Amino acid sequence: MNDQTPPTREERTAALKGLGCARKRVEDARFTQGKGNYVDDVKLPAMLFGDFVRSPYGHARVKSIDASAALALPGVIAVLTAKDLEPLGLHWMPTLAGDKQMVLADGKVLFQGQEVAFVVAEDRYVAADAVELVEVEYEDLPVVTDPFKALEPNAPVLREDLQGQTEGAHGLRRHHNHIFLWEQGDKDGAEAAISEADVVAEERVYYHRTHPCPLETCGCVASMDKVNGKLTLWGTFQAPHVVRTVASLLSGIAEHNIRVISPDIGGGFGNKVGVYPGYVCSIVASIVTGRPVKWVEDRMDNLMTTAFARDYWMDGRIAATKDGKITGLSVHVTADHGAFDACADPTKFPAGFFHICTGSYDIPVAYVGVDGVYTNKAPGGVAYRCSFRVTEAAYLIERMIEILAQKLGMDAAELRAKNFIRKEQFPYHSALGWEYDSGDYHTAWDKALKAVDYDGLRAEQAERVVAFRRGETRKLLGIGLCHFTEIVGAGPVKNCDILGMGMFDSCEIRIHPTGSAIARLGTISQGQGHATTFAQILASETGIPADNITIEEGDTDTAPYGLGTYGSRSTPVAGAAAAMAARKIRAKAQMIAAYLLEVHEGDLEWDVDRFAVKGAPERFKTMTEIAYAAYHDAIPNIEPGLEAVSYYDPPNMTYPFGAYICVMEIDADTGEHEIRQFYALDDCGTRINPMVIEGQVHGGLTEAYAISMGQEIAYDEMGNVKTGTLMDFFLPTSWETPHYTTDFTETPSPHHPIGAKGVGESPNVGGVPAFSNAVHDAFRAFGLTQSHMPHDQWRIWKTAQDLGLHG
Amino acid sequence: MADKIHLKMTVNGQPVETLAEPRELLIHVLRERLDITGPHIGCETTHCGACTVDLDGKSVKSCTVFAAQADGAEITTVEGIGSPDKLHVLQEMFREHHGLQCGFCTPGMITRAWRLLQENPTPSEEEIRFGMAGNLCRCTGYQNIVKAIMAAATEMNAAKEAAE
Repeated sequence: MNDQTPPTREERTAALKGLGCARKRVEDARFTQGKGNYVDDVKLPAMLFGDFVRSPYGHARVKSIDASAALALPGVIAVLTAKDLEPLGLHWMPTLAGDKQMVLADGKVLFQGQEVAFVVAEDRYVAADAVELVEVEYEDLPVVTDPFKALEPNAPVLREDLQGQTEGAHGLRRHHNHIFLWEQGDKDGAEAAISEADVVAEERVYYHRTHPCPLETCGCVASMDKVNGKLTLWGTFQAPHVVRTVASLLSGIAEHNIRVISPDIGGGFGNKVGVYPGYVCSIVASIVTGRPVKWVEDRMDNLMTTAFARDYWMDGRIAATKDGKITGLSVHVTADHGAFDACADPTKFPAGFFHICTGSYDIPVAYVGVDGVYTNKAPGGVAYRCSFRVTEAAYLIERMIEILAQKLGMDAAELRAKNFIRKEQFPYHSALGWEYDSGDYHTAWDKALKAVDYDGLRAEQAERVVAFRRGETRKLLGIGLCHFTEIVGAGPVKNCDILGMGMFDSCEIRIHPTGSAIARLGTISQGQGHATTFAQILASETGIPADNITIEEGDTDTAPYGLGTYGSRSTPVAGAAAAMAARKIRAKAQMIAAYLLEVHEGDLEWDVDRFAVKGAPERFKTMTEIAYAAYHDAIPNIEPGLEAVSYYDPPNMTYPFGAYICVMEIDADTGEHEIRQFYALDDCGTRINPMVIEGQVHGGLTEAYAISMGQEIAYDEMGNVKTGTLMDFFLPTSWETPHYTTDFTETPSPHHPIGAKGVGESPNVGGVPAFSNAVHDAFRAFGLTQSHMPHDQWRIWKTAQDLGLHG
Repeated sequence: MADKIHLKMTVNGQPVETLAEPRELLIHVLRERLDITGPHIGCETTHCGACTVDLDGKSVKSCTVFAAQADGAEITTVEGIGSPDKLHVLQEMFREHHGLQCGFCTPGMITRAWRLLQENPTPSEEEIRFGMAGNLCRCTGYQNIVKAIMAAATEMNAAKEAAE
């Protein structure tokens, strides 16, 4: 071959490392060498450290706070209490859910670990000493940690600040500890379907309280520069632009004088969406002292106070004909929101997108009612690696399907296939108001069943039950099925906002004269690899190799406004903005190419990395040549430069789906389990980087494994957190974590510019039902219909015991 | 507050000295006094391993070691395992096999794996999973971390054989 042979189209495409390429990550060079820059790595001259005095009680009146001994300690600069914040109007702050939350205890505390005073000192050791020296006198009050007891007529009043208020942010409050009742669907229709049905399966399904627990806790560094009036705030923020707006509204500092920077973030999983008292106190402390103030949670603070997830008591009823056609679904949820309603949901959705709970099934009529309740637990209610309350919804429907199959005496895989929304029904309007954009559930399901030899597994299971009954084995076999449908990519501005900010996202691209580029987005990676994958989208769209594109996020002074990264919205929303901005670049590039080639724009066609004259491919201008011309040539009627920005308001959500199957061995005598096989098929539409997708699936499945098999935030009746350290709060190690097999189908989203749907949260949403269903399925032959998660060793043993399997 | 003590140690091949309080933890001295920020703080209770460093030939969680205990010791952190010009094969393999996502556990993981492969140059998958169980990762599910360590072991052994 001659060296002068021009590269083929395929070679040029491959050189871009664009869509579909398992491109190695550009982030990894710094992370593998210990050169990441996380918030605790930020070190400023004269920086102080903040730490909290926290409540040891679940519910108590604060009689007095005496900080004199703390203030007398050398190195202690200040101790802030609610009294200090009150003149600034900052002793309370608004939550994302339309409620308000104490920044520092104002007269009483409502959960263990609540922030009571903020100590500011020269270093973290002195701060910790000072925390011990602050004397707080409490008078303990009756504690309520059970949401059903909280709604009893004589339950203690938790939120005295709301006494007499019968109207909340989401409608009527019918009890002093009631937050809202939120309803969707056709209540009467669902009741009618249930009363007329051949078969009704009814069950209370509890999705327990847990916590996202990223390896890096939450923290920030606030630095008020009094000379130029600018506040800079570094922090673990999944939504830096929203933090800037909130900080401006709360502090009164003009928004242009606030710069928020999310540096590298050590995992988020929803934990870092909310605004926490630590941020507010750090800002105030920096303003008061004129010095930078760092606050970083320790692990106990993190697990006890910032952002729990789930805690949904779901009462489901599902109706069907005797041959297994589902005719209706009705769900009532008692949602434990803790002491303040600080759920991180789009404003109009106090129960998030829980009404995706009809799942993958064509259910003609459905109703959902969610009662939000205050208890003496930490606030939060974040979407832990899921879109807003979607994992709760998927767990509910995937349990109900299993219970219905049991009642019908029908195979659960067959029952699913019988009720799937069919391919030709898309776009599909669900009974609870969603428009599913696309899907092909039967193809995915059949592929999954075949991959694991489903019939073979069922035969083996039947033999195992016989052997167990004969006393030949003590091990049971569970086959956990799940077909989930997600709803991600929030969302259309017409109905999705956070504190009034529409949930669009953004991308700004600058092409440099030599044909490389920088792009900035309104999102922020917490490990998802945006710097790698967004460059791939841009490479395919602009013809500039991904290796020549820098991606920047997280600095509000430079990045365009966006709503951040959570709810799998980065690819569906910011990824779309990237494609749309790139298309603006291409449109201008086409005009420049037409000028350079002296042809009409319409005579050109895009060819991988260049515009070529139609019918004369040897006449072309590459994007590199066009970029140079954009800055160098005086082109009539075209302004110099090559830049574009796009703010993308998605027309709809995206609906990734998947089929997961878990094969689990359970020892009836010890309660131990072993995952023999886990097969995960994901359909996330167009696949940007298969390597990154696989990594996301492995990670999400491991979090699902943790949640379903042991991880929980548990309280005792006194309101003490029983799982406040990693000794008690289950994070699987490499030793327990199972091996996963991943697979895919590809059904592009019809409304997304490149057809991508998002994948980061699917494995958590689909994984939890698959693991939990495997446990239930192992005991199905012995009559088990429901046992609550997490299925730790003791609970599994107890299940076997209660079923009489221990002889 | 007790008087500060004078500590001398070798960190990543360089002799260093610093003053620290007797109660200061090694992780804080490394990060805040010596500006070695590769090791991270994830739990402060020895569970997560983000703070793993190599101390006199052993993997230790530097969040539960007093700096005073490391006086005179030889310490290696992730910064000392490779250099930008010449990455260690473990660093290359973690990238090659997508053994990291947010990167927060990665310095501890690589530092631990570096010692593990010296303790056992030909580990089985099971031995890797057992030997790495003191280091938690919330992003990857470990599968690719195990793959990366396996691949690094293979490469290191091939290089050693070629050299012999």
